[in-house]
Amino acid sequence: MKIKDVSIIGYGAYVPIFRIKDSEIARVWGRDPKRVPVNEKSVPGYDEDSLTMAVEATLNALKRSNISPDIIGAILVGSESPPYAVKPSATVIAEVLGVSRIVAVDMEFACRAGTTAMQNVIGMVGSGMIEAGIAIGTDTAQGRPGDELEYTAAAGAASYIISKSGNDDIARFEGSFSYVTDTPDFWRREGERFPRHGYRFTGEPAYFHHIYSAAKGLMDELGLKPQDFAHVVFHQPNVKFPTRMAKQLGFNKEQLKYGLLSGYIGNTYAAASLIGLANVLDNAKVGDRILVVSFGSGAGSDAFSIIVEDGILSKRDLAPKVFDYISRKKYIDYSIYSKFRRNIVM
Amino acid sequence: MNTFINSVPRSWRERKYKYRLIGGICKKCNATFYPYRGSCPYCGSDDIEEVNLPKKGRLISYTIIYSPPSEFRLKQPYIVGLIELEDGTRIIAQITDVDVNEVKDGIEVEAVFRRYREQGADGIIEYGIKFRPISD
Amino acid sequence: MRRVYVCGIGATPIGEHWELSLRDLMVLAAKKALEDSTLTKRDIEAVYIGNMSSGILQGQEHLGSLFATWFGIPGVSAQKCEAACASGGVAFHQAFLAVASGMYDVVVAMGVEKMSDGNTYDVTSALIMADDQEYVAFTGSSFVGLNALIYRRYMEKFNVKHEDIAMFAVHDHKYAVNNPLAQYRKAVTLETVLNSPIVADPLRLFECAPIGDGAAAVILCSEEVAKKYKSDRLVEVIASSVATDILSLHNRKDIVTLNATKLAMNKALKMSKIDLKDIDIVELHDAFTILGVIHLEDMGFAEKGKGWMLVKDGEIEKDGKIPTNLMGGLKARGHPVGATGIYEVIDVVTQLRGEGGRNQVDDAEIGLAQNVGGVGGTVTINLFRRL
Repeated sequence: MKIKDVSIIGYGAYVPIFRIKDSEIARVWGRDPKRVPVNEKSVPGYDEDSLTMAVEATLNALKRSNISPDIIGAILVGSESPPYAVKPSATVIAEVLGVSRIVAVDMEFACRAGTTAMQNVIGMVGSGMIEAGIAIGTDTAQGRPGDELEYTAAAGAASYIISKSGNDDIARFEGSFSYVTDTPDFWRREGERFPRHGYRFTGEPAYFHHIYSAAKGLMDELGLKPQDFAHVVFHQPNVKFPTRMAKQLGFNKEQLKYGLLSGYIGNTYAAASLIGLANVLDNAKVGDRILVVSFGSGAGSDAFSIIVEDGILSKRDLAPKVFDYISRKKYIDYSIYSKFRRNIVM
Repeated sequence: MNTFINSVPRSWRERKYKYRLIGGICKKCNATFYPYRGSCPYCGSDDIEEVNLPKKGRLISYTIIYSPPSEFRLKQPYIVGLIELEDGTRIIAQITDVDVNEVKDGIEVEAVFRRYREQGADGIIEYGIKFRPISD
Repeated sequence: MRRVYVCGIGATPIGEHWELSLRDLMVLAAKKALEDSTLTKRDIEAVYIGNMSSGILQGQEHLGSLFATWFGIPGVSAQKCEAACASGGVAFHQAFLAVASGMYDVVVAMGVEKMSDGNTYDVTSALIMADDQEYVAFTGSSFVGLNALIYRRYMEKFNVKHEDIAMFAVHDHKYAVNNPLAQYRKAVTLETVLNSPIVADPLRLFECAPIGDGAAAVILCSEEVAKKYKSDRLVEVIASSVATDILSLHNRKDIVTLNATKLAMNKALKMSKIDLKDIDIVELHDAFTILGVIHLEDMGFAEKGKGWMLVKDGEIEKDGKIPTNLMGGLKARGHPVGATGIYEVIDVVTQLRGEGGRNQVDDAEIGLAQNVGGVGGTVTINLFRRL
């Protein structure tokens, strides 16, 4: 899918201040503290959820966009951890921004929901339905105590304001490609608190197959090769998977440098690739081309090619950067973690 | 207890002021106050306009709640502060993202959107503005 | 306006009355006050009942009719008066007006609170209703917490040490020992106060008035009725005033001054035509130690920022310049919220009658009772003179 005249005019990220070290989780469950998937992961505070994080990321995006919320025509929120099973977050965000005459939608589409929100907003802007829209990926991922996922399931949000291309753009969309199959490597049934997963089945047939297919598909369609991209961002459930994926597709470590954050904050699910993209934008040069590929279990992958525009130079410093959030941190132990995550059941 | 507190419309009708920090400014005596109301608490004038209050301020006083009201049980300990916003308007709000032994009078704070009360595990969640220390 | 007299007082001891209900407490207090007055039930024309939380803590409203029914005086005018912790004070004010206006000759001013049935968390929820539910209770602040905000600000602004304020609790306990109605008849040391658990920093548990049950009643009468008494049984109400302030601290320009105290005080002095220095004894509303200090200042007994010195220098003792809280204050006599205003009146009247026992102040002629609702959203001042 080629995209014409649609750009990012604002972006913002958010990562909660709390961290737990994987070695602390390993201590509780008797696992070798050196054989853990990430160093540490972000933990939402007791008063945070995917909605409050989306609000902060969106307010950051608005600061960089230099627009009044009045021209926003849509707010699409992608998350698999909404505070309510029934009652959307998008309308609350609209209320916070003080806008009502808009399209507001919550989207559950596994970890792919954030990029799919982005794709939808691109479509609405590109078709002329709206002048500008907001796409958000946000999650406070759930990991069952003692489960492998507990070592990575983290929290974060990223928000993008997407508009018709103009003079002050941060980046321009070049194309997008999606790839889907029915591959249930991870799921959460209705009414269940924690998800389940297929262990090693989450690798080859799921993560690697879909990201590879979407990335290849996009590059083929646009006639691009890995060396045409300055940066690449993949969905990042851990550090190992995206590193191996980059290698398989022919990208080097330098291209992956800014887009891989899971070692610092863990897996932020629907926000993961979008926070990675935000960090790339925090560091990229004008003209850099970026490949972003998400993955959601059972949902497939979205790939985007994005070119950095010169609006980035004046807008980058208008809101906190991803690393401002990553470096402000407070460590908590497993007891406080359990309190914050409401895992202490009475 | 307190099932009457669990009223959806009661919290719903305040959402604008709670989500967006909208105060009042008296056109007669120029005082500002939070939240908005139709009459000036200082001079009694009824000529009041809504105003978007600044999102940054300073902590004037604070307390750490160790024995909370029942709706806030299991959230303890938490900090409640009196904040003076940049324009001088004051507000009482929770101070978040800070340890109870780190909070100090006079620290600079900024507004964040957070959860306050939950009307039980199956009730609505009441959101509003809290403040967190501005990191250097 | 007609002259108004107190001709009878009666109260239950304050405590955890597991066997007594809200209505039992009211009936007991009224009975005692009536006995003290030597009047009969049939003389009562109107009843004003101060109560804050019977609805939320007991599921019971309509206290006027409830009391009239259970006391066996249906037909009288009876109603509940509510102004948070100042409910007793405003009930007294209404009763005063009812007699002063010429409408009634014998009126009961009563206060009652039944608190011990609820757990501490639920009582904490009930008490914060004294402030703005949407913009203060919403934040999770407890009522103790609001006073803690005042406390910290006061210490910082006037550079006063915690222990100099906490002394107020030691003072209260010392005098409660000799008050048979007091909830805690036990002296405490400053060390005990300062080492007690933190409720809302910096406020320690022993700086906060306890949760307790109690009812207190006073009988007010007109001059005509008063004629039948010997003068040593009568105390005249020489002023009764109520003033309000902006409800919540964040809308006040100065949080270490309770403006309503100043306003009510001025009104009361004007009404009674006495000077501040004429006041011999004070019962003030020290729900928290810091409030005791601030009230001494706002009533005019000390400069702003220096109220604690009166405590430190022994000036609020029995033989001090301004004897204060000589029956234990809110901290040790107790604070059954809606009843407190009436307990204070009883404490003052007891002293003016010379019935203070070991706590009796020599030659007390004029006494003051201050009752505070919320964080000073309502303040009542009542002044009394012995005949």
